[in-house]
Amino acid sequence: MIYELVSGFETHIELSTKSKLFCSCSTAFGAQPNSHCCPVCLGHPGTLPVINKQAVYLAVMAGLALNCKVNLRSVMERKNYSYPDLPKAYQITQLSAPLCEDGYLELSSGKRIRITRIQVEEDAGKVVHTEDAFCVDYNRCGVPLIEIVSEPDISSTEEAKEYVEKLRILMRYIGVSDCKMQEGSMRCDVNVSLKKQGEKILGTRTEIKNMSSVSSIAKAMEYEFARQKKVLEAGGKVERETLRFDEAKGVTISMRSKEDAQDYRFFCEPDLQAVVLTQQEVESIRHSMPMLPSEKEKIYVEEWGISKPQAVLLTKYRRISEFFDKTVESFADPQLAAGFITGQIFSLFATEEEKEAFDVRTSPYDLAGICALVKDKKISKNLAKVTFDKMLATGKHAEELITPQDMQGMSEEELLTLCKEALEHNPSAVADYKSGKEKALMAILGTVMRQSRGAADPERAKTYLLKLLS
Amino acid sequence: MGRIEYIHKLLSDREISAHELAEKYLEAIDRENGTLNAYVNVTREEALESAQKADEAFRKGEGIGLLTGIPMALKDNISTRGAETTCCSKILRGYKPLYDATAWSRLKAQGAVLLGKTNMDEFAMGSSCETSCFGPAYNPFDTSRSTGGSSGGSAGAVAGNLAVYSLGSDTGGSVRQPAAFCGIVGLKPTYGAVSRSGLVAFASSLDQIGPMAQTVEDVAIIFDAIAGADPLDSTSSKTYVPQTFKNLNNDIKGKTIGIVPQLFSEVSSEVAQAVDSALKTFEGMGINVVSIDIPEIHYALPAYHILACAEASSNLARYDGVRFGHRTKESFDSVNEMMTKTRSEGFSQEVKRRILMGTYVLSKGYYDAYYKKAQLLRGGLSTAFEKAFEKCDAILAPTAPTTAFRIGTQLSPVEAYKADICTAPVNIAGIPAVSLCCGYSHHNLPVGMQLIGRRFGEETILNLAYKFQQETDFVKTADRGLRL
Repeated sequence: MIYELVSGFETHIELSTKSKLFCSCSTAFGAQPNSHCCPVCLGHPGTLPVINKQAVYLAVMAGLALNCKVNLRSVMERKNYSYPDLPKAYQITQLSAPLCEDGYLELSSGKRIRITRIQVEEDAGKVVHTEDAFCVDYNRCGVPLIEIVSEPDISSTEEAKEYVEKLRILMRYIGVSDCKMQEGSMRCDVNVSLKKQGEKILGTRTEIKNMSSVSSIAKAMEYEFARQKKVLEAGGKVERETLRFDEAKGVTISMRSKEDAQDYRFFCEPDLQAVVLTQQEVESIRHSMPMLPSEKEKIYVEEWGISKPQAVLLTKYRRISEFFDKTVESFADPQLAAGFITGQIFSLFATEEEKEAFDVRTSPYDLAGICALVKDKKISKNLAKVTFDKMLATGKHAEELITPQDMQGMSEEELLTLCKEALEHNPSAVADYKSGKEKALMAILGTVMRQSRGAADPERAKTYLLKLLS
Repeated sequence: MGRIEYIHKLLSDREISAHELAEKYLEAIDRENGTLNAYVNVTREEALESAQKADEAFRKGEGIGLLTGIPMALKDNISTRGAETTCCSKILRGYKPLYDATAWSRLKAQGAVLLGKTNMDEFAMGSSCETSCFGPAYNPFDTSRSTGGSSGGSAGAVAGNLAVYSLGSDTGGSVRQPAAFCGIVGLKPTYGAVSRSGLVAFASSLDQIGPMAQTVEDVAIIFDAIAGADPLDSTSSKTYVPQTFKNLNNDIKGKTIGIVPQLFSEVSSEVAQAVDSALKTFEGMGINVVSIDIPEIHYALPAYHILACAEASSNLARYDGVRFGHRTKESFDSVNEMMTKTRSEGFSQEVKRRILMGTYVLSKGYYDAYYKKAQLLRGGLSTAFEKAFEKCDAILAPTAPTTAFRIGTQLSPVEAYKADICTAPVNIAGIPAVSLCCGYSHHNLPVGMQLIGRRFGEETILNLAYKFQQETDFVKTADRGLRL
């Protein structure tokens, strides 16, 4: 019997507002416990929530970026349950009338993971267990969240990883959230069920919580798939339950049965009016958004002649595409500019974080300058490469680094002299070459290039060297 | 003129200083609160400090308004920064808010002198002030009788001359019914007219803070001062700026009063008679009368209880001993146990009863039959009142079905809830109503009548109330307390 994975995600994302959803306390991460609190977010008697419009706007942006329908009228509701990290003993969230519905996130394969809904809600505080006490930090309580619920369209851990990564990058790209899983500004709950290959009936699903990275999501899903498969193959039934993923042991452990699902007694929040937006407001939010990566990619490929793989790299992070756009706006040849960026600039960065931060010492205008010089054949490609490396290292402009002589290029005599000198200075390499090691030529060529400060034309230099060696 | 204006003149003319006035009231409270139990907390220092500031204002001739230096009281569910606010519940003993209720801060800004916090039914749940953890308030006209509730202490303080005016809160009748029992004027504003920020919530879609005072003028002055948009309360009206005080004396001839027979059902004959006489008085003043049927009122009280208890069950869930208020001193093995013990100890029977009812009507399987239906009834009743106001300017009705009953009358919960039968429909529809005295029973107990208006129609009902007050002679307080 072949079983297939069926999975859906419920992702909570903290919105990048300065203040909380219902009060003006700061949302900044990492402060002293209970220092970003006020009577409202602490649920003191007599306090009332007042909605942060900026949070609603960011939620709309998320919805638009995920191709959702934005409901001009949505309703806040109370979800009632008792726990120390929930001061009012109810969470203000959305249920029957959420802000956004019916969108999708497209994977690189072209498959669309459907987004059922996006709802705006407040976060709870954080429980901290110490040796002899059960403590609560309410700093996080009231921070605005969106919950993005997908249909169970994900059918492999690769798709799951891509979904989470793409979602994370997209939200960061449009400035909705910093989506730092390790800080909790992005949390995924994963629903997993198995179905028999070829059949339509879905199996019972379990919900996995508490995974702090993309890789642990994948591990948890793999474990849970195997676990459910084992149960089913032994003729058993999968229980509908909530599991937490134990990262150390690599297993899923039951938290509580969803059968005894709590009755949250939802009802409309009487302290708040319905969330109402005008069509103009939604359109102006749409216009204020940066062009989405998928839209840019299309332009790069179809209008600027960039290859698809390069376009994907250039649109991955907002700063890169903005840099690239500005370079092209300064009349650089797009393909040349793309090459410089994905080649030399990218090689400066060791991590994805660095790439995303895109801290480069040179400006798009300067890169455009170098590209122009190459395009107009005023300097050789090699010199351009060497010069650009220097520009990246020093922040200097091209004009400060390239001399008029470099611009003129190298004469044949100068080149020949350099080649002769290179041969003289590399006796062992010459010997190697003569004994059959053809690669030794490259070492000698390297000397010529260095001595010429990149101005030499490698092809012509090679020709001379071969002539001289024979 | 009303009491506020009278005392304001004394203060302006420097016949008495605000400090002396406050002292006199504090002395009266010392003497008489033991008998009346109107106050549960006397804020002596704060009162004298504010009085001093008021005197400075009078000396300088700057920053003086009608309310400057006037001694008043606040129901103990209205948040006062730094001063205990208990809602007369064990679970909030010792709780001192970190902020002021907006309505209170507006009065404070005008130089009001707070004498103390007044007695109430616990968490505003009751109509007799008997569920208070501090014991009941006693009616100044007959101390064997109830002040009514839940703003019993506020009514008793005014009627007993222990405060010039007070603020109460009204969810199903809690300002109007005690006002009626104590022979004073009490206004429940339109829902949304007065900010609820700082009012400890009972039923969020029904609660309103309301002024309670001896005369209609006083109530108008206070209402104008506290009403209006508050950014801290999303349910407060953004545009309403009432001018009820200056419109009190408008001509009422030719206006129409509606009589809704359903509001007279289950009302004692004494009360019905007094309201009838009042109607004749209005007719004598040139008012037209029409009879209007609102059969939906038959369902108003049950709908009220379902909605109020549902919201209360949610609003009171935050009292769990974690962050403020009472926490059990018993041992416990889990957070859940701590919360359960805290709440069992901290809440009275009546509060527990309502929390249970509210939880029930919201729960899976029962939500549609109860809560959803009650919401639909609410919509129907609001529409019916709107239609009624197409035919009249105000509706005249009794405030309570009886006069003040004796304390300790062991009524069954349902019987007790019927005290709200005339007042609750008004809260459900979100419309304003003012209660004022329209006569006395043969026990010499005050009888209250309500003038009910359309949404944001406070000007109309206070205008009619004022004219009635001037035409009759029912402004009276008990023969005790500070009489200036």
